[in-house]
Amino acid sequence: MAQSVLSPSLPSAGSAPASLPIRAILPWALFLGTLMLVLLYFVGAEQGATSVFSGATVHEWVHDGRHLLGFPCH
Amino acid sequence: MNNSATMPSGTVGRLLLRGLLAGLIAGLVAFVFAYTVGEGPVSDSIAQEQAHSAPAGHHDHGGGSAAAAGGAEDASAHEHAASDAGGEEEELVSRDLQSTAGLATGVLVYGVAVGGIAALAFCFALGRVGRFGPRATAALVAGAAFVTVYFVPFLKYPANPPAVGNPDTIGKRTALFFLMIALSVLIGVAAVILGKRLAPRLGTWNATVAAGLGYAVVMAVLAFVLPPNDDAIPDGFPAALLWDFRLASIGLQVVLWTGFALLFGTLADRALAPAAPAAERAPVAAPAV
Repeated sequence: MAQSVLSPSLPSAGSAPASLPIRAILPWALFLGTLMLVLLYFVGAEQGATSVFSGATVHEWVHDGRHLLGFPCH
Repeated sequence: MNNSATMPSGTVGRLLLRGLLAGLIAGLVAFVFAYTVGEGPVSDSIAQEQAHSAPAGHHDHGGGSAAAAGGAEDASAHEHAASDAGGEEEELVSRDLQSTAGLATGVLVYGVAVGGIAALAFCFALGRVGRFGPRATAALVAGAAFVTVYFVPFLKYPANPPAVGNPDTIGKRTALFFLMIALSVLIGVAAVILGKRLAPRLGTWNATVAAGLGYAVVMAVLAFVLPPNDDAIPDGFPAALLWDFRLASIGLQVVLWTGFALLFGTLADRALAPAAPAAERAPVAAPAV
């Protein structure tokens, strides 16, 4: 299985497209993954179960989205 | 072995940027859906909430202090934590803002965030899950994300409208909700890896079925073992309204993930196309981005 000439744009050629090396993805996964999880926290849980900022403005601002996206809101 | 060494390492960054963009646009479409389909049930639920909380007074929602703003009873403030904090009765964010800019913020940020994470998953999955091109891989990742991140956790801990919810148990409910998502994603990834291992022995179809059944059985056991949602639906809460709200919640996610799959699949396909052997074909107007 090591012989095929791989071209990502031609999946119909019958072989898998070239995979991206894990070592090239991991730094991105740590950096972007963490950043995205922080975003999800502020949309989904801030000023609900726990609070980074005091008050309820963040909670109230994203209130409708939080409910419709499925997060426990209050 | 794949010839991964020929892939420029900047490819990952370019794919992730496209994931964020696709998530943003899909989030915009999902917002339009949520506003047109979801806001009706949300407003009706808040009306229910106020009608029932008025005599008890446990879950303070601002009463009529801000009713003058909208004229309608439903438009009065919807706030809970503010009364705990400082006893203030004024609304922090008006219903008009909550249902428009607030909803847009929530859905767009969610779209960007899950778009970025799904693009990361795509980078890992491309060329590793089978003979799927970029567009098919994007569709598979989006479908798997919808099922593992949203739908299966929803079956145990469904989305609840504003009227439902005991403030005293928000911590426990939030923890269980995120635990369910984390376990679902972990077991989903484990199932994919298991399926890949089994494929040489069982064949691709049987290995895929085995992995899918394995995920379903483990999740069913977990759903049985984990404690139930402490939210009791209040007596007298309209069943049809609850159904409409939850259907809107599912619809929002279907729109979001469908939009992401189609957009990101196309963008990723184009981003990866110039990496094809240049000798074989004339370059077809590769985008300079």
